[in-house]
Amino acid sequence: MARKHADYTLQMIVLALVVFGLVTLYSTSAYNGRVRFLDPGYYFKKQLFATALGLIAMAVVSRIDYHLFARFAGWGYLLSMALSGAVLLVGDSYNGSRRWLSIGPLSFQPSEFAKPAVILFLACIISRYRKKPGSIRTLLLVVCLVLPIVGLVGTNNLSTAIIILGIAVILAFVSNPKYLQFVWLGLTGIGFIGIFLSMEQYRLERLAIWRNPEAYEKGFQTIQGLYAIGSGGLFGRGLGESLQKLGFVPEAQNDMIFSIICEELGLFGALLLILIFLLMLWRFMVIATHAPDVFGALICCGIMGHIAIQVILNIAVVTNTIPNTGITLPFISYGGTSVLFLLAEMGLALSVSRWRK
Amino acid sequence: MRLKTFHRKKVVTVFFVCALALVLLSVRLVDLMLFESEYYAKKAQDLHERERDIKAARGRIIDAAGNVLAANRAVCTISVIHSQIEDPEGVIRALTEKLGLAEEDVRKRVEKRSSIERIKTNVPKETGDEIRKLNLAGVKVDEDFRRWYPFGSLASKVLGFTGGDNQGIVGLEVEYEDILKGSSGKILTLTDARGVELPDAGESRLEPIPGNDLYISLDSNIQKFAEQAASKVMEKKAADRVSVIIMRPSNGEILAMADVPEFDLNDPFALPEELSAATDQERQDAWNRMWRNGCINDTYEPGSTFKIITMSAGLEEGVVSPSDTFSCPGYKMVEDRKIRCHKVTGHGAENFVQGAMNSCNPVFIEVGLRLGVERYYHYFQQFGLLAKTGIDLPGEAGTIMHRMEDMGQVELATVSFGQSFQISPIQLAATVSSLINGGRRITPHFGVEVRDADGALLSVLEYPAGEQILSEKTSKTVRAILEKVVDGGSGKNAYIEGFHIGGKTATSETLPRSANKYISSFIGFAPADDPQVLALCVIHDPQGVYYGGTIAAPVVQEIFANILPYLGIERDNK
Repeated sequence: MARKHADYTLQMIVLALVVFGLVTLYSTSAYNGRVRFLDPGYYFKKQLFATALGLIAMAVVSRIDYHLFARFAGWGYLLSMALSGAVLLVGDSYNGSRRWLSIGPLSFQPSEFAKPAVILFLACIISRYRKKPGSIRTLLLVVCLVLPIVGLVGTNNLSTAIIILGIAVILAFVSNPKYLQFVWLGLTGIGFIGIFLSMEQYRLERLAIWRNPEAYEKGFQTIQGLYAIGSGGLFGRGLGESLQKLGFVPEAQNDMIFSIICEELGLFGALLLILIFLLMLWRFMVIATHAPDVFGALICCGIMGHIAIQVILNIAVVTNTIPNTGITLPFISYGGTSVLFLLAEMGLALSVSRWRK
Repeated sequence: MRLKTFHRKKVVTVFFVCALALVLLSVRLVDLMLFESEYYAKKAQDLHERERDIKAARGRIIDAAGNVLAANRAVCTISVIHSQIEDPEGVIRALTEKLGLAEEDVRKRVEKRSSIERIKTNVPKETGDEIRKLNLAGVKVDEDFRRWYPFGSLASKVLGFTGGDNQGIVGLEVEYEDILKGSSGKILTLTDARGVELPDAGESRLEPIPGNDLYISLDSNIQKFAEQAASKVMEKKAADRVSVIIMRPSNGEILAMADVPEFDLNDPFALPEELSAATDQERQDAWNRMWRNGCINDTYEPGSTFKIITMSAGLEEGVVSPSDTFSCPGYKMVEDRKIRCHKVTGHGAENFVQGAMNSCNPVFIEVGLRLGVERYYHYFQQFGLLAKTGIDLPGEAGTIMHRMEDMGQVELATVSFGQSFQISPIQLAATVSSLINGGRRITPHFGVEVRDADGALLSVLEYPAGEQILSEKTSKTVRAILEKVVDGGSGKNAYIEGFHIGGKTATSETLPRSANKYISSFIGFAPADDPQVLALCVIHDPQGVYYGGTIAAPVVQEIFANILPYLGIERDNK
């Protein structure tokens, strides 16, 4: 085991995504910025600031031995719970959801912090758990450990809670040599989701909208996204030429940004972006399998799960492959806290890559 | 803890599951973007496109002398698009100066955060061009057409005017709407979700087709004479209003139609002070009164001018001849009613021609009674008096006449000298024209030809060939008698040395008779032996002397003195 360079390929991929993200964000948000704030660069400037902070964080974290973070994993997890609890009491609402904590002019989304905190915490706990790795108890332990944060975050941000739960399941899966019990877990999960959905009318309504978005008023966002995707064709209208971003797709710079990428850059651009994400996941896999210890492998695996779940769910929602739920596209969608912690996470993965065998 | 093989296997499994999901989503994308692209792209395009009409230039109305009576003026609308303004102070300064508006008004609009704000409409094109040349970012100059009547109020009730969409509202403008309006073009533009047009989006354009020009028989010079003469007598006699119709009896072409007071076509909604109104309803009524064309929209009792009709019917039927003698004691008994002549002492012994010259009521009552109700009614109908004239103006008033079965001897007697029924002035002018032109019924009209903007003839407007309603022989006799009326009879005030003028005066009292309100009129034509022009003057409620022969005949005389030489009718110095 020796110190090596951080993974160059991953660094290149991250930089490519960041640049791609900033360019498309400026393109998609300029209209909304001009209409609402009389400044086409309004969203872009804020995102640029967060990205700069994130790149610094990434550089710093990548130079720190990731084993050092094991000591703070428990505290980090407690802090994320505290922040997620605080946001329920004193958070700011935007678009009807209480998800932000304000400190002076800066606002912060605790749920974005919760994701890396959970990855680090679970990686730490599982790698130290020395009892039979194949027992059902390990699985139960993992689930029990994340339930408090899933509950706290899930009260007002169901999508992020699902992501956290997904990360936990992936980590439990990787740390366990068996396969069959996960099939059962999957089936149970599907059953629970079924019960969960039927408990509230509005969730069933979402299903109905998903199946036929044009028949419902609430299917507006989905339909507008599909219009944008369909208008793209093979090579798109060209960068900056989207018409759907002009108020037709609501909040085009947020969850639905992928549809505008499709419209402007076409199938070609959209597949290129998916390919970049796939390359990124591949690098996480490589780093994880070459990690010196289970802790490092689980960190990378958690990060892979995080990125994979968000990318898959986001594109699936935008293409109306699954019912609508608010999930952002990593590195591309507008969101300062998100890009800051994503880049810090990348730093973590890069740190692990420096210790590979 | 060291990494075991199963860890690696599981990580690779997770990766491949995720990769599989991404590949499946890519397949979904290929489906959406290649195979369903057309459907969604079409829907998106429908959403982005907005259609905007481009007004077509309305066709002009051109008179017989070649003067343009109704034209278009290019005007501009100046607007600002807030988000595109780069130099607000410069824009405010330029617009304040060029448009002559108060600076604070312009500032308020320029600084308002709206998508597009209209600064001023109906700006002359020159000013619009100057502003466009300044190339100010965020300032929009849109061109538009506005109807423009170079002669102001001239022939206002004939021409009519147009509304906000350039559509005809009254007069020829509405009658010939289809010819004049053209068809508007379209601009297809792309807009954002708020409907604001995108500045750089390529627009597709369907050019508007301008309307065609209408050439009319009205002659602005004759119209001016008519309006001047009418205004003069209206003022002098403090009359309510004065109508004048001048037409060609041979083919029905109208050379002038005045109904003073006229109104300003370039500002048709401006009410004169005496018509100012408080409520919307009152205002609407006042407008309708102001725009009303008394020559065609109203009816009146024609009085003695109608004796021409009785005369024609009697001569045609042979119940009377010019040399028949009559005796007027100042009245005539019809059944138990004593109907007075206007000369209370009576005209004494007179032949038919002298009776016409004297406008003697008992003579014409006698002719009417000789015809009888049925034959009189037959002629009334044959002369076209029960139908409308078919003039090419909207709202022609129909004749108000007794039903034949309700007509007794008394009604017949009053109708014979022009009372107890009503016709419109244009009906009288058209009917008399037809009786003196050799007996052929004409359709009074303005429209003559339709040409395109370059002057190429598109169509000649045709009017139904008139029926022969009176024999040429009788027509000639009537002309001769009517010339005598002017040459020494009750119409002598219309006489002009050297011209042969025929005519007939009338003085009728309006209902209710107790109000002592009169309508004085005169209908004349020249030359008497071959009528080229006919003029009817109707004066409503003159003060003081109200005899048609005294006040209406001089109006026609003055008009004829002016227009006969203009029309090329030579003096006959025999």
